[in-house]
Amino acid sequence: MRAIISVIGTDRVGILASVSTACAEANVNIVDVTQSVLQNMFVMVMLVDITDMSVDFPILQQKMNALGEKIGMVIHVMHEDIFQSMHRI
Amino acid sequence: MLNIQDIMETITMIQEENLDIRTITMGMSLLDCADSDLSRSCDKIYEKITRLAEKLVVTGEEIERTYGIPIIHKRVAVTPIAMLAAASGGDPVRYARTLERASRTVGVNFIGGYSALVHKGFSAGDLALIRSIPEALAETEHICSSVNVGSTKAGLNMDAVGMMGRIVRETAERTAGQDCIGCAKLVVFCNAPEDNPFMAGAFHGVGEPDCVLNVGVSGPGVVRAALAKCPDGDLTEVADIIKRTAFKITRMGQLVGSEASRRLGVPFGIVDLSLAPTPAVGDSVAHILEEMGLEVCGTHGTTAALALLNDAVKKGGVMASSHVGGLSGAFIPVTEDAGMIEAARSGDLSIEKLEAMTAVCSVGLDMIVIPGDTPAETISAIIADEAAIGMVNSKTTAVRVIPAIGHAEGEELSFGGLLGSGPVMKLHNDRSSARFIRRGGRIPAPMQSLKN
Repeated sequence: MRAIISVIGTDRVGILASVSTACAEANVNIVDVTQSVLQNMFVMVMLVDITDMSVDFPILQQKMNALGEKIGMVIHVMHEDIFQSMHRI
Repeated sequence: MLNIQDIMETITMIQEENLDIRTITMGMSLLDCADSDLSRSCDKIYEKITRLAEKLVVTGEEIERTYGIPIIHKRVAVTPIAMLAAASGGDPVRYARTLERASRTVGVNFIGGYSALVHKGFSAGDLALIRSIPEALAETEHICSSVNVGSTKAGLNMDAVGMMGRIVRETAERTAGQDCIGCAKLVVFCNAPEDNPFMAGAFHGVGEPDCVLNVGVSGPGVVRAALAKCPDGDLTEVADIIKRTAFKITRMGQLVGSEASRRLGVPFGIVDLSLAPTPAVGDSVAHILEEMGLEVCGTHGTTAALALLNDAVKKGGVMASSHVGGLSGAFIPVTEDAGMIEAARSGDLSIEKLEAMTAVCSVGLDMIVIPGDTPAETISAIIADEAAIGMVNSKTTAVRVIPAIGHAEGEELSFGGLLGSGPVMKLHNDRSSARFIRRGGRIPAPMQSLKN
């Protein structure tokens, strides 16, 4: 099972490091990372594998939300299927 | 990997543009609960609903968390209770109390099916059920009631139409202390669909499987935001944008519906391709019409704009889903739509215009607050007009009006939650329709019914 972690906010040092540390703590494997600037906002999108995750999915979401608040970014964790079904026929 | 723009689009739709799944509705047949003993019948109903829908709410919440998409309501729809009342006899309100108790146990937002299908005439149980509607809705909180009074195949049962005018008034009177909220949960149909997940008209038709899961999508805010990016395009472009957006919205419904059905072990029925507004700012069908270029919803051009919207929603949605059904189209419930409420307040949107709009979109005169002194025969005549539109055009139409008992024009009723609030709207013609309605009988089915 795979999920998409999206991180949105103002660019600063250490964003990738803090999010990937949180992933490692939850045994979440990062498959791919893309980042870009959209409408003056820094956007980072991570595709992660959560098959062997050590916590439940809602806990990962809570952890990431809390991390987002701590580093001043908005972080969402959503199941990959929602994007696949909306944008791929 | 997915495109970063696509990912951001989905996130924006959900976080900022109010994209949500309006409802997952579990339809279940109660025919196997019918019993000649009323108490036994009620016991079986309670047992079946609480067994089949036990995990409906929990599963809905799990899916919300997994996919990050809100599922606003979890609902149950059951076999029209008039059929069970036919088998058992006795006071149908006992069924209403049983459904209410079951709905509280499983924690659903609404339970629909306190219904009778009388488009050609009344059979055992129908009259008793219809007469009990005011009491049933006054006594309960979660029950929704519907009566089908006409169809393209059968014509209009004008005895039932006459009766429903009185029932709507009586329901308003019995719930006058709570802003007449009973009428917000009572809908009179022509051509009622058997697989509709939306309230107040959901019931589980007799041609349906024993248990099935239907999904109703939402997303007017998403459509409006997409159109806002194209202020100068012609109407062909507008239609294309709506189609593309409706496709994406409906894919969410398909995903959530199939996942819920897998987790619950219940067959997936249909996705209802509807643009269902909420009173929240940014979630309004009226605002989509205004984004197309109308100064206000209700002005000249509104019917044409709505026809375009309704058609494009269906064209976009139909490919996104394996089975489409229910009401499928844009809804125009006045008190549930921030833009409609504003237009009704300013007097730009009239009931007469709304009636014209119902000829080209889903459902009908929906959630309209009318003066409290409106005679029952006038309400029946409103129902007859609307049912005639449905009958002749082979589409579903419905009337859900709320006579504001004790309130005059300009005052407002508030129902709370998704049902919203709205002003008492003027009826522009106060001449009597009573003699026409009192004739009763049936309006014969139109030529359109003879397709064989």
